Amino acid sequence: MSKRKSKDTQWTAGECVSQVRIYINVKYCVFCTYLNPRILIQSVKSAPCYRCALPYILLALFGQAQKILRERYCYQRVPSSPVGIESQRKNLLELLRRTAIHGESNSVLIVGPRGSGKTMLLKSVLKELFEVREVQSNVLLVHLNGLLQTDDKIALKEITRQLQLENVVGDKVFGSFAENLTFLLEALKKGNRSSSRPVIFTLDEFDLFAHHKNQTLLYNLLDISQSAQTPVAVVGLTCRLDVLELLEKRVKSRFSHRQIHLLNPMDFHQYIETTQEHLGLPQDFPDERFAQEWNSSIKMLCEDRSVKDVLRKHFNTSKDFRSLHMLLLMALSRVTPTNPTIKPGDIQEASRLCSMDAKANILHGLSILELCLIIAMKHLSELYDGEPFNFQMVHNEFKKFIQRKSHSIHNFETPVVLKAFEHLQQLELINPMDGPSAKIQKEYQLVKLMLDHSQIMEALQKYPQCPTDVKQWATSAFG
Amino acid sequence: MPAELRQQGYSEAQLRLVSEKVPCREAQAAALLALFGEPDHYSFPSIFIYGHRAMGKSHVTLTLLRELQMPHVVVSCVECVSPGLLFEQVLGSLFDSSAVTLSRSPSLSDFVRLYRQLCAEDSAKHTRYIVLDRAEVLRDMSANLLPGFLRLQELDNVTVILLSEIVWDKFRPSTGCFEPLQLHFPDYSKGLQQILAQDSHPSYSAELYTFYINILLGVFYSVCKDLRELRHLAALNFPKFCEPLEKGEAEESDTHKLWRNIEPHLKKAMQTVYLRELPYYSKFLLIAAYLASYNPARTDRRFFVKHHGKIRKTTFLKKHEKTSNHLLGPKPFPLDRLLAIFYSVVDSRVAPTASIFSQISSLVTLQLLTQVGHDDQLDNPKYKCTVSLDFIRAIARTVGFDILRYLYDFL
Repeated sequence: MSKRKSKDTQWTAGECVSQVRIYINVKYCVFCTYLNPRILIQSVKSAPCYRCALPYILLALFGQAQKILRERYCYQRVPSSPVGIESQRKNLLELLRRTAIHGESNSVLIVGPRGSGKTMLLKSVLKELFEVREVQSNVLLVHLNGLLQTDDKIALKEITRQLQLENVVGDKVFGSFAENLTFLLEALKKGNRSSSRPVIFTLDEFDLFAHHKNQTLLYNLLDISQSAQTPVAVVGLTCRLDVLELLEKRVKSRFSHRQIHLLNPMDFHQYIETTQEHLGLPQDFPDERFAQEWNSSIKMLCEDRSVKDVLRKHFNTSKDFRSLHMLLLMALSRVTPTNPTIKPGDIQEASRLCSMDAKANILHGLSILELCLIIAMKHLSELYDGEPFNFQMVHNEFKKFIQRKSHSIHNFETPVVLKAFEHLQQLELINPMDGPSAKIQKEYQLVKLMLDHSQIMEALQKYPQCPTDVKQWATSAFG
Repeated sequence: MPAELRQQGYSEAQLRLVSEKVPCREAQAAALLALFGEPDHYSFPSIFIYGHRAMGKSHVTLTLLRELQMPHVVVSCVECVSPGLLFEQVLGSLFDSSAVTLSRSPSLSDFVRLYRQLCAEDSAKHTRYIVLDRAEVLRDMSANLLPGFLRLQELDNVTVILLSEIVWDKFRPSTGCFEPLQLHFPDYSKGLQQILAQDSHPSYSAELYTFYINILLGVFYSVCKDLRELRHLAALNFPKFCEPLEKGEAEESDTHKLWRNIEPHLKKAMQTVYLRELPYYSKFLLIAAYLASYNPARTDRRFFVKHHGKIRKTTFLKKHEKTSNHLLGPKPFPLDRLLAIFYSVVDSRVAPTASIFSQISSLVTLQLLTQVGHDDQLDNPKYKCTVSLDFIRAIARTVGFDILRYLYDFL
């Protein structure tokens, strides 16, 4: 029986059920966990035509599509062929292959801004390397992270654990870091003591390791990579371009100065193509028709002018994929299952939410009194050229406004005004000049305003029911 | 974002219950739920929710997680004095607590290792959520905690939700980190009245309470938009509002009378100045201390000496307003200057007995005066006066002393 009939013919219950069965048998259990296939078949039996069963099937397919796309944006699954970094990939693969197979020691740094794909590059290279049987059985991997291993002692314990040598070390006490490390590497030597197993060390957040005391870990690892005893590869990943400045002279001299830079040279056209690819469903999606319809709607979306403008704005701010994925996830979360397409309006709204000024939002929620205090502070900093001020000066300025220019603001008592001032301090819109100190009374502590002139004016425009005299006071030149 | 709560994977009844529990916040709850997706879908590794106090950030998040029965743990970072407490709470709530054994002061490395181990034994079918309330405290704990938590999704299907009053720009570490998705909870605008009106008293009609709320908001809204505080003020002042009704002086429809009764009371409720009862001479000592702090020493002769003669105009130039002593703060003064002013201010002759000096010490204990300089300086200790002008004026009024005449700034 052909998969699809023309719209006019009615399907019998049996035909509906067999259609549904086709979907059930697919690899990825199209139906979400909450929807029991038996219930679905029963409802299909009571709605004896394909069109009636369609909503349920669409629902399930949409859920599956969401699952795949979310995994792509959130979990950052390594794509089988990362684009744009072919030469770097070949370079790194060759380097690691030389260590793993030929026993040559090496060290390399992968440098690139956040989200440029350093970890992705390393993972894909390691995956390809470990497909070789010889490598799989021989080479050991140690993953260290600067955020987790904040101390050399912790790092050493982690290395011991990952090399699975805890039993061998037991309760031994070592004099120095170097002794410990050499012991570990000796223990890896094979039975005939002629060759030792190659070890690949990956150091994530490499620049954080440079802040350890004496940089012992780095010194020892790089020292071993220079001496010919054990084949060791040290791969560092960092986002700082000036990472070499952080290294001590003796550590720097042992480093091979090999750097792989991941500065993404993508242009706007490639960016749009990548967006289209990331929004599209993969080839192996259970229902071909749904995937085709989805992909063609995505193609039309990416050709839409307003969407191109939004993407250009994002591209001009940052080219990395993380911010793109955030935008796409927000757009995806606006899509409802009854109408499963992403519309240009969704992308625009998502972009607006991603690029909101957080401080302006906070200013929007302040009370009138707090807003007046901020305007008083703005006038003070304009008048005295950015010098810091304290609560009494601000209160004085505010009182002048009340006496001379205002008719709508009530003259509040000092403790009330002080409380408003303290709230602004809590929100960190005002920062004390030299840290909180108990010696100076809080009314006299010098503070500075952390807001810009334009931010305040914009907030005033958007403030709901702002009294006109307050607005005029803000725009006037001198208090 | 869709206005009503609609999401696959959850029953209609559950979603309706959530909508009822979050009045005026349906849009934010819907946005958050749309980001969460279905129970087993991945969500963004970290979500940062910010907004003023009492905007419903914790309430909406917790209601969603609880009612929809998602595996979650809520930690208030203020309670966690050390990172170890934070780790224990997270692991203990997400996994079977018997399997969790942390060392005495665990580091983030231990936490991650244990988390990975426990995940391998008990892999999640549904997304786990870790909610960190008052996340601004995390910045002051060790520097690797915040970036570490933002990347926790590399281990497992977990999403970390950070709640805070402070904007994300103040959290970002200097070398960058994995940026969270930011969600703003705006202020209530119209909804505030609706929520406050829900607290109505059973013995009075809802319209009366709404009328009362409108008056209350009219007085306090320009000062305070915090929902919790307004609810407290409403509860506090409602009995006074209902007084004329109980006494039988007015009916519920006499809105004008009720308003006239309550308005001055509410305005007074904003004042929080309080006076403490001090002994007579202590009051004068305090006044003398205030004068010593806020008048420059060269002007003492003019104020306190009986026949001072003419003072040259040039030494008495009116200075720039910014350097008014009242704006800069109190200056320290030595003890003998204090006593000199004290004797000229007090009418009756007072002998320099020890009781006067002990009263000075008790003023220091009450923190109305503070001692400046070294503790060991016994022959001429220095003090400064730490009370405000309003306070000292109130005190001076009780002893019948016109302090403004003696202050240099009010010349």
